[in-house]
Amino acid sequence: MSVKTLTIDGKAVSAAEGDSVLEAAREAGIEIPTLCHLDGLTDIGACRMCLVEVTGSNKLLPACSTRVAEGMEVRTNTEQLRKYRRMVVELLFAERNHICAACVANGHCELQDVGIAVGMDHVRYDYLYPNLKVDVTHPLYGMDQNRCILCARCVRVCDEIEGAHTWDVLGRGVKARVTTDLNQPWGEAQSCTSCGKCVMACPTGAIFKLGSTVEESVKERGKLAFLKTARDKKQWVL
Amino acid sequence: MTPEELATIRERGQEADARFEKTAYVCVGTSCDALGSAAIAKNLEAELKEAGKDKAVKVKCVGCPGLCALGPLVEVENKATAETEPATLYQYVKPEDAHDIAAAIDGPPVERLRADTDQPFFQRQMKIVLENCGRVDPEEIDDYIALGGYAALEQALTEMTPAQVVDTITRAGLRGRGGAGFPTGLKWATVAKSQPPAVPRTPDDILSRKFVICNGDEGDPGAFMDRSVMEGDPHRVIEGMIIAGYAVGAGRGYVYVRAEYPLAVKRLRAAIRQAQRAGLLGTNILGSAFSFDIDVRLGAGAFVCGEETSLIASIEGGRGTPRPRPPFPAESGLWGCPTLINNVETLANIAPIVLRGAEWFSSIGTEKSKGTKVFALTGQVKNTGLIEVPMGISLREVVFDIGGGLPEGRTFKAVQTGGPSGGCIPAQFLDMKVDYESLAQVGSIMGSGGMIVMDDKTDMVEIARFFMEFCMEESCGKCVPCRVGTTQMHGILARIGDGKASKADLDTLTELCDMVRRTSLCGLGQSAPNPVISTLRYFREEYESKLVKDGNHER
Amino acid sequence: MSKLRFASVWMGGCSGCHMSFLDLDEFLFDLADKVEVVYSPVADVKTYPENVDVCLVEGAIANRDNLELIHTIRRNTRVVAAFGDCAVTGNVTGMRNPLGGPEIVLDVAYRNGQVLRPQIPDDEGVVPPLVPKVSPVHVVVPVDLYIPGCPPSAKRIRAVLERVVAGQPVEMIGRDLLKFG
Repeated sequence: MSVKTLTIDGKAVSAAEGDSVLEAAREAGIEIPTLCHLDGLTDIGACRMCLVEVTGSNKLLPACSTRVAEGMEVRTNTEQLRKYRRMVVELLFAERNHICAACVANGHCELQDVGIAVGMDHVRYDYLYPNLKVDVTHPLYGMDQNRCILCARCVRVCDEIEGAHTWDVLGRGVKARVTTDLNQPWGEAQSCTSCGKCVMACPTGAIFKLGSTVEESVKERGKLAFLKTARDKKQWVL
Repeated sequence: MTPEELATIRERGQEADARFEKTAYVCVGTSCDALGSAAIAKNLEAELKEAGKDKAVKVKCVGCPGLCALGPLVEVENKATAETEPATLYQYVKPEDAHDIAAAIDGPPVERLRADTDQPFFQRQMKIVLENCGRVDPEEIDDYIALGGYAALEQALTEMTPAQVVDTITRAGLRGRGGAGFPTGLKWATVAKSQPPAVPRTPDDILSRKFVICNGDEGDPGAFMDRSVMEGDPHRVIEGMIIAGYAVGAGRGYVYVRAEYPLAVKRLRAAIRQAQRAGLLGTNILGSAFSFDIDVRLGAGAFVCGEETSLIASIEGGRGTPRPRPPFPAESGLWGCPTLINNVETLANIAPIVLRGAEWFSSIGTEKSKGTKVFALTGQVKNTGLIEVPMGISLREVVFDIGGGLPEGRTFKAVQTGGPSGGCIPAQFLDMKVDYESLAQVGSIMGSGGMIVMDDKTDMVEIARFFMEFCMEESCGKCVPCRVGTTQMHGILARIGDGKASKADLDTLTELCDMVRRTSLCGLGQSAPNPVISTLRYFREEYESKLVKDGNHER
Repeated sequence: MSKLRFASVWMGGCSGCHMSFLDLDEFLFDLADKVEVVYSPVADVKTYPENVDVCLVEGAIANRDNLELIHTIRRNTRVVAAFGDCAVTGNVTGMRNPLGGPEIVLDVAYRNGQVLRPQIPDDEGVVPPLVPKVSPVHVVVPVDLYIPGCPPSAKRIRAVLERVVAGQPVEMIGRDLLKFG
């Protein structure tokens, strides 16, 4: 496999051909905030948090789904990008009813984390206050639409790692919802194996273990990447 | 079918046609059809038979001749004088008018139904894409062949290499008619050069590892260019696809049409069946080594499926949502295979370019925008309908000459092009040329060809809000800026309209416009702010006059 | 140097932010040297005074009284700080918004499923009517400083107040100052 050299924020970085800019940056210790990315899952470039500037491209490119190239010059932290990232986070907080104080994932939430990372001290947009449901029909897990950011990590982990494809997305625009089977209550979704990978994958408190209360939903995200590595490379490394 | 058989069909068709002295063309496009034009054709045939004229006059059901505002339309053409004088055009025809039309078939026309064919609406147009619309029976392949159809395909297959076809399209300077204006030849060359994946990834189709897709998911509000072509001249689109398949080395094509176009779907399906039966689709087309087949796929009503990666996902049977590009479909498209996606109008330009040559095509239009463009002219204009004009014509000619200007007592304010992705162009640019670059320069886009004329009573904030509502409803929900950003922008626009917004809201709106444009995943989101940006640019005072003066605001 | 005229108000919130304020413990003595408390739930002042330097606003704008008071505060105050998540985001107080307007909310709270005397408290002039929608403070009046947290920890309040009192600009950066919840 050939190696590509590029610069990220002025720092010379080498990466394997086929690596994403995000992988190359993280390996070099350069942090780019993400939400829909999860190690071990296919990237979809949906959350737009990881957009970076690349010299020669007039478009902003998602670091997660842009491959490294020889001589590439990447900027990950310009004033413009910081501004857009903060706007993305604010839009997400305004979209649904993210009440950190009453959330199982408080303190372990990636949305909360990126809010801190982008310096969000308040949300400038109108809160939409949708009236959303909580599905607690499954014997082990619950789904709270109020906390969902539609990153589709549950959809991908269920499809790509568990192979069940219980989760999918329903509807359009702000009316889009993740859903189980053909919009059945989760407890009646026959394809669900109750493996719990969606709970691990969910960046927020949207999918949680029943019985957990505020701040108790600690995620074990490394397990997913571990499973993926084990399956793809037959390497059992934690 | 061999080239010889094709020639036989053509001659036979032309001979059969020559036996008639006159042809009565009855428009059965969607708008005339809805007004009962099928009954007109039926009555006319019966009346002519009664008068003993059915051997001399042929009644032909055809696609849209363009002037929808005056429909249903019937056009009577006299073969003997066709070269020297225009056909008689009848407007607002009702089924019961068939008697009068039949009675006057050899004498002076029925004056009460007669439309003025000297008006600039007809004189200023230049028809390439629509040259057969209104002349060819869209449900008869033989009629298309008699009018010279599939001659371009024959020429390409028998006299040209695929590389020569690509070269011809490149030299013609044709650009994508779906809106963005990407050079078609370059796209074809890329697909032609792209290597298909080593292992076939197609589930049930080993015919091909490259694909041609015709994008007929026309979704802009008020746009009906592609629909008219698919309904009025479906074989033209199919011929373009086959030539494209030959040029790029694809073996299979899909026409992706929105299910809201039942007539287009019906006619395309019938046309594909006829072409298959005639051996113009299938294996060894016209005796060559080239094989190609086409299927129709229906869109389920999502505007975003006009975006190429969403459209591909939809054909694959998945949820129609876009994915980041690169890789572009030309390299990795349908089922991971190199895929050529062209718009209906683009493909309808192919046959004439092949037949008449790149030089002919590139002699029409401006330096960077060649050929013609079809527009759906709507809004506050007298002659609403479908028009085809050479690139480089001025907006003024389109609106005031071809369109006949605004209804009495109204004054022109702006013209909107490009639908929800486009912008409003104010009066000061009326003399601007209509081409890709000029439109972009004033903050609009060519788009797929919607053109809405607005008068002085039009509320520009409401226009921006309308288009934003459209984008908000049609956002697929995948990426955050488009999903939530359009909703927030719509909220602010609605508040401005209600007189409840402050200066700070206007600033937030402007900031969101920039952010959604720069960060959205696909074209839908990237262009969604355009109607706001352009109205803010030219009609800012309308926004400001609606703001609350006090800095504080309560919601 | 004259003392800063300091106020705090309790609007649509649970008073938890004020409890956390009291958790400042001995720092309260330092603060007392530097500020004069001119209006607060912990001081018996009936009307919001003029020429206030800093006001910590706890809670969201949930009823007519809140709405009137916040406009008075804005008029009379140099630095208005949204104090705690309810003031900053609407938070728990705002959780009634998805249900709809005040009537539905009051039904849910006081009538539906109430065994003992289901009724809506509506004494004119005693119980302020609810506004149609709970809003964070900045939606109603411009806010100068945001102190998130449910409640903001005493440590966070102290970090902010030390700078405010010293007349220095406050930059809310990092987990210690910014985490919601």
